[in-house]
Amino acid sequence: MLLRNLKLYKVKSGLAPVVQICRLSSSIPLEDFPVGTVSEKQVKPERKSIVPSNCRYVYPEFLPDPKMQWRNPLREKLERMDMIQRRKHIDIPEFYVGTIMAVTSSNQHAPNKATRFVGICIQRLGCGLRANFTLRNVIKHIGTEMKYQLYDPTIQKIEVLRLEKRLDDELLYLRDAPNEYSTFDENMEAEYLPEGSPIPVNTTMVKLKPRPWRARWERKNMKGLADLELPERFYKRAEELATPWEKYDLMKQYRRTIPEEEQKEIFAEVYSELHEVNVMRKKQKRKKVFIKPFKN
Amino acid sequence: MSISYARQFSTSAISNHIMKLTRLRVVDNSTIGKQAMAEGKPPRCIHVYNKKGIGTIGDKILVAIKGEKVKAIIVGCVKEQKPNIPRFDSNNIVLIDDNGTPLGTRINVPIPIVLRTILKEKTFSKGADYTKLLAIASNYV
Repeated sequence: MLLRNLKLYKVKSGLAPVVQICRLSSSIPLEDFPVGTVSEKQVKPERKSIVPSNCRYVYPEFLPDPKMQWRNPLREKLERMDMIQRRKHIDIPEFYVGTIMAVTSSNQHAPNKATRFVGICIQRLGCGLRANFTLRNVIKHIGTEMKYQLYDPTIQKIEVLRLEKRLDDELLYLRDAPNEYSTFDENMEAEYLPEGSPIPVNTTMVKLKPRPWRARWERKNMKGLADLELPERFYKRAEELATPWEKYDLMKQYRRTIPEEEQKEIFAEVYSELHEVNVMRKKQKRKKVFIKPFKN
Repeated sequence: MSISYARQFSTSAISNHIMKLTRLRVVDNSTIGKQAMAEGKPPRCIHVYNKKGIGTIGDKILVAIKGEKVKAIIVGCVKEQKPNIPRFDSNNIVLIDDNGTPLGTRINVPIPIVLRTILKEKTFSKGADYTKLLAIASNYV
């Protein structure tokens, strides 16, 4: 909305170059383009939005799938409403790929009707109610993975044991790494991270087992992998197949991402309710922690 | 001079199916299973007892192990699973005889909890009793 107004305003005042920048901004992700600096003085002061800019990292599943033929504004809106309803019932914490989590879920097959799984989040996929994440852990010397749907009603509790990020967006290479990289204690206690502090990034470099692997990791351009120790021809071939020009392909980027204006619209719609839910949770937590002193 | 070599035919991604001639891993402590794994000659699947020919958790298969034909139950797969069902790093089997009694006395790896329901459903009175396998499991996931 704001940008559109700004564009109109610019057209009237006849400042062509700035207008072009505005139009471009729709296809560039938020971080690359400082929106606030486009001469704020000239724009009529609109009400400033309270939505923090990191929303799209904290709640990525609220953004719909950018694939055009799958878009349906009404369905997306209904889904968002359902997601907020679900968030009112259970605490879905902020987490990233690389975070160590524990999920307690009802399981009709289990003898006590509930199971708990601890592991590192190696993948986060899907949008809307279909959002899911995969946890990985090594139990009794065998790698075990479990996929959970984030808004699955059978999930009772999602705990974040250690909130951190890794260098990559997907840690599927842990399947080809030695067991110690994905071994986590099942009785691990949650680590406390002070509120408002930045998310720590774990810069562990993973040393893979020798080939064969599940994927050709030398071609995937992973940042969290130590030296792969492959013969020269592997790197040569990877270089041949690399597509370094793709990061300049604006159209591709536009099709792969939700435009900034739309993101703002979506988060403006949901943020107030999400914030309310968060405040409510914090109050509840404080209540639980505070124990009323009593006289002897 | 090094020659850069690339295959000229296309290859598809690995599906990790358990089908005929798939190598498997015995996870119980039966003597035949232990020996085969120690020798580095893991058993091969030579038949899957379902109509698809592709085995998943809870399916009965026939394996060739140390020159013998033995039946087994799949207790863990490498291939992608549905939500809430675990995926393992190896294809695990437990050897059984014709009555469904396991040949070993202990399973050393975690076993999917769904297996409890699947095996109970596959067991009929006067047929093979597969639920004995559940009794020797040490860990569920």
